[in-house]
Amino acid sequence: MSFRIDQLPKKKYVVPGNAACAGCGMMIGLKILGMALGEEAVLSIPASCAAVVQGLTPKSGVAMPILNVPFASAAAVATGIAEAYRMLGVKGHAVVWAGDGGTADIGFGTVSGAAERNSNIIYVMYDNEAYMNTGIQRSSSTPRAAWTTTTPTGKHERKKDVALLMAMHGVPYVATASIAYPQDFYRKLKRASEIQGFKFIHLHAPCPPGWRYDPAKTVEIAKLAVETGAWILWEYDNGQLKLNPPSTVYVDRAKRKPLKEYLKLQGRFAHLTDNDVKMLEEEIEAKWQTVLALAKAFPQRL
Amino acid sequence: MKTLTIQKTALTGNYAVAYATKMAKPHVIAAYPITPQTSIVEKLAEFVEKGELNTSFVNVESEFAAMSVVYGAAMAGARAFTATSSHGLLYMYEATWWTALSRAPVVMAVVTRTIGPPWNIHVEHNDILTLRDAGWIIAMAETVQETFDLTLQAFRIAESAALPTAVGVDGFVLSHSTEPVEMPPQEVVDKYLPPRRPDVPMLLRPGEPVTFGNLPSDNKIHARHKVAAVYEAQQEAKKVISQADEEYGRLTGRRYGGLVEWYRAGDAKHIVVCAGAWCSDAKHAVDYLRARGVPVGLMRIRFVRPFPREEVAKLDQYETAVVYDRDITPMGGILGLEVKAALSRARVVNIVAGIAGVDFDSRHFYETIQNAIDGGYRDLVFVV
Ligand SMILES: Cc1ncc(C[n+]2csc(CCOP(=O)(O)OP(=O)(O)O)c2C)c(N)n1
Ligand code: SF4
Ligand SMILES: [Mg+2]
Repeated sequence: MSFRIDQLPKKKYVVPGNAACAGCGMMIGLKILGMALGEEAVLSIPASCAAVVQGLTPKSGVAMPILNVPFASAAAVATGIAEAYRMLGVKGHAVVWAGDGGTADIGFGTVSGAAERNSNIIYVMYDNEAYMNTGIQRSSSTPRAAWTTTTPTGKHERKKDVALLMAMHGVPYVATASIAYPQDFYRKLKRASEIQGFKFIHLHAPCPPGWRYDPAKTVEIAKLAVETGAWILWEYDNGQLKLNPPSTVYVDRAKRKPLKEYLKLQGRFAHLTDNDVKMLEEEIEAKWQTVLALAKAFPQRL
Repeated sequence: MKTLTIQKTALTGNYAVAYATKMAKPHVIAAYPITPQTSIVEKLAEFVEKGELNTSFVNVESEFAAMSVVYGAAMAGARAFTATSSHGLLYMYEATWWTALSRAPVVMAVVTRTIGPPWNIHVEHNDILTLRDAGWIIAMAETVQETFDLTLQAFRIAESAALPTAVGVDGFVLSHSTEPVEMPPQEVVDKYLPPRRPDVPMLLRPGEPVTFGNLPSDNKIHARHKVAAVYEAQQEAKKVISQADEEYGRLTGRRYGGLVEWYRAGDAKHIVVCAGAWCSDAKHAVDYLRARGVPVGLMRIRFVRPFPREEVAKLDQYETAVVYDRDITPMGGILGLEVKAALSRARVVNIVAGIAGVDFDSRHFYETIQNAIDGGYRDLVFVV
């Protein structure tokens, strides 16, 4: 399945009046969500930047039905909406649009519960790798060594891999995505919307103020994350795990750009030594080996 | 013409909740086990498994998720039910406030239980009363029959007032005690409960962009919303509750009097005030004292929220108001404080008793009532 951007729906779902920072990666993701599911989705949004960027009530800068919900509750609220629609015969998708904190940390029990009982929702975790709304504090999804206000010398722990954890729940659909690859994200949303049960998409979404970079470079940085191998695009669909382009190319370590190219654009990594970079590279390689091993363990069925 | 039969049976309080909920035909049920609530959801799960109840029964991983699921369902226009107790209610606390300020008409049975440490599963009212500032309607049952009736009424009240409604069922005293119960025919219930209006509190549908709960452009918008949801809606709910009681009485023959029930109060000089199952024991004590010439009556608070201010104000005509609380705060009992705040003349004696499940029977009631009337207590006593 391939798409041309100029053939995607033209209706705008992110409209003037939204309150996002210039260069917000998450907002690019929200636009693509609108293109893919704008007429079918009802969003549950927990406390996060996504709650703030809607702008000020009684108006809204996002033209989709949105229920703002408590920080840890989104997967359960969406379950309630999905079940209500099923019982009332309403067509549509209960979609969660939540940050990494609302997903990987405080909401993880709720997300895991919804996955285990296979609730019929599409859960998108936009990952800006920290609590941005409250002023850049670490989350369990903040990468090792990254500066945040609560890790002033860099985070000492590794990044929790939420997408893999969700895949290991054995749910029907899990994918990673990046705002630098809109067609891929669009296709994954569409695919998710065809599937009954729990769907999870982990969307990498750079954040200029939180990662300390020039807002003009959001897409470039997101792209570099994939090209350096730091972010891997893959898809677990109906028991099969496979890499998606362009990550398929970067299986070969030699084809990856040096990690430094990704790191050096971001102030949050400015303090890193060459040794730190090497350590991160080894950790990334280990992640690749895990994903490849899983792709082998969950092969394409005939 | 088809004849409609009233079913007479014997049920525990928890099964009464389950049968009433079944007859209300909720679209979505979500709950998490905790003693003494558990047998409500077990019974409901059994109805669903047997095909007797067509509902979406969501097995959740926590009470916080239970409240969040029924919240989402109610916002999407479904009739939704949950049940919990004690620590379960505290665990869902954030979501209970969010539900109330969203005006989501969720119905919840709270099988009342004390709060630890130590772990203790016995009755107390502190749990359900934590909802008192959140904007929930809070009803308290005295008998298993009333538990059944209030549960049915709660759906009508919640959906007409657009406020979540909690039904308090005293742990073990009601939840696990078997009493005779009359259940109206399904046709009567169907008449009593109008179909769920999908636009209460709002129409949440794909393709119709509405945003609920984003930041206010002016804090006054939020402030007005709070006054409307937390205060004004409660005042309006008083009418809804009395209509719900009257209409129920017309259809089933059982009327309870709305927010409060008066018992032998007309010619009394002293009045007992209480809520929940132990009011039956208090009534026995009143009878006992009456038989010995003590002019005492009783006001049972059926609804802690909306607070029956107008009815409570009438207590000023009595010499002594003896208010019983099965809960404790650093200021004394909750009902004692609230009743006192509504009175200017009557002497109020607040008796905090029966907390942590400690037995308090009709003998304890008449001894303490007598002592309060005789001036043997200051304004606040703890009987533990
Ligand atoms: C129960 C609760 N605890 C804490 C908060 C404060 N809070 C609001 S948003 C947020 C961080 C959100 O982080 P994330 O989910 O990553 O979203 P982001 O802001 O990065 O978009 C926190 C801690 C809250 N709203 N509710
Ligand atoms: S802080 Fe980051 S994620 Fe939040 S709105 Fe700004 S750019 Fe977007
Ligand atoms: Mg974040």
